[in-house]
Amino acid sequence: MAITGTIERAGLIGRGGAGFPTATKFRAVAATRRRPVVLVNGGEGEPTSRKDALLLERAPHLVIDGALLAAAAVGADEIVLGIKIVTGAARRAVEQAIAERHRDEPTAPRLRVLDVPNRYLAGEERALVNLANRGRAIPPAGTSRPFEKGIDGRPTLVQNVETLAHLALIHRNGPDWFRSVGTHEMPGTTLLTVGGAVARRSVYEVNVGAPFTELLRAAGGRTDEIGAVMIGGYSGTWLSPDEALGVCMERSSLASVGGNLGCGAVWVLPATACGIRETAATMRWLSMQTAGQCGPCVFGLESISNLTGELQEGTAGRGALEQLLKWASDIDGRGACRYPDGAIRLLRSALTTFAADAYDHARGHPCPGARRPITLPLPEIRNAA
Amino acid sequence: MKELRLRVDPVFCDGHGICAELLPELIRLDDWGYPIISGEPFPASLLDKVRRTITACPVLALRIERLDQKQKAS
Repeated sequence: MAITGTIERAGLIGRGGAGFPTATKFRAVAATRRRPVVLVNGGEGEPTSRKDALLLERAPHLVIDGALLAAAAVGADEIVLGIKIVTGAARRAVEQAIAERHRDEPTAPRLRVLDVPNRYLAGEERALVNLANRGRAIPPAGTSRPFEKGIDGRPTLVQNVETLAHLALIHRNGPDWFRSVGTHEMPGTTLLTVGGAVARRSVYEVNVGAPFTELLRAAGGRTDEIGAVMIGGYSGTWLSPDEALGVCMERSSLASVGGNLGCGAVWVLPATACGIRETAATMRWLSMQTAGQCGPCVFGLESISNLTGELQEGTAGRGALEQLLKWASDIDGRGACRYPDGAIRLLRSALTTFAADAYDHARGHPCPGARRPITLPLPEIRNAA
Repeated sequence: MKELRLRVDPVFCDGHGICAELLPELIRLDDWGYPIISGEPFPASLLDKVRRTITACPVLALRIERLDQKQKAS
């Protein structure tokens, strides 16, 4: 329990997207009666994020250190590392690291790799547990919570890859060291994946609360005039250039412009691109990536995707924007997981940030950018109509 | 005092829509035929009707959630 107290004093907040206090999760799992399992979440289904894959590839032992500390804290005897199957380099690095551990520390909890398919939802906590149990990376029916009933029905501590790396460093350097940067609410540094119209697309470690402009400088600056910035990936929000340039990378500053940090993915959209087209393509992709289980999500996102596609073309008609907002509020909160909620958060922010353009599209006058190639990484969609 | 709410498991629900006909007080259908259920607690006077609706669902996707006032606060 000493470890749990240390991370509580450090104020560690999970880096997977939900922003949950890590110590609280540890206590919930430790308070259960059966022997727990630690599940390392390297699912990272968000196409605009690759910080977890990079961390696993470059510093697998640091993540394993964190996982072993987590296992010791909650009394787990098994650690399952969920690694996205397409990230070959990360998987190889992890397997080699595991082999080294098993050779040098035979008493450590057993470590094993769980291959995670490259799907958006695979990184969702309950989907990942379902994958481990039944081989299907979709959220199960019912209301089971992993910390009570997870892998093999045992209490399961699910922790994001980056969170565990922070945990290992807190253990080495102490809570005061961790708190020396970041905000009071979310101390420490964080990994942000920066893509789009910047000189150097990569993963950057910044202090939580760093200004967006500092991040932009770190990425070598913009390569184009900025049209908008997406923060938090495809379940995040579009910010206008003015909003983005004034914002800091922490919860309250982002909340003041309707955003949240989410998984820490940042996409800079060039002004030449059409925000409606990018959003239509994203909605199409998200509607293809549902688990196919919940009606409001499956059919709602399909309808939204079709209508945003027509909006892009300029054939949707004048009532389209109201219709999209109605559907968005109709499906809000009605899935077995938060997937549809994230999709409509992005949609709503698009209709606000690109409001003037959306209005022109709805009146049958799509902008010139509506025919340009999509800039966002949307596997399978590419630049098909 | 327990608060009673009607919940649907969206994975089980196939959108038969019978519930909205039996219990329009709490349920309406979305554009795709799936129930939108009031998230508010329902009055005890509706309990019998709610129970009949739950039994009538072909896939038994509906259930009553009982929440203590103090649980709600946490």
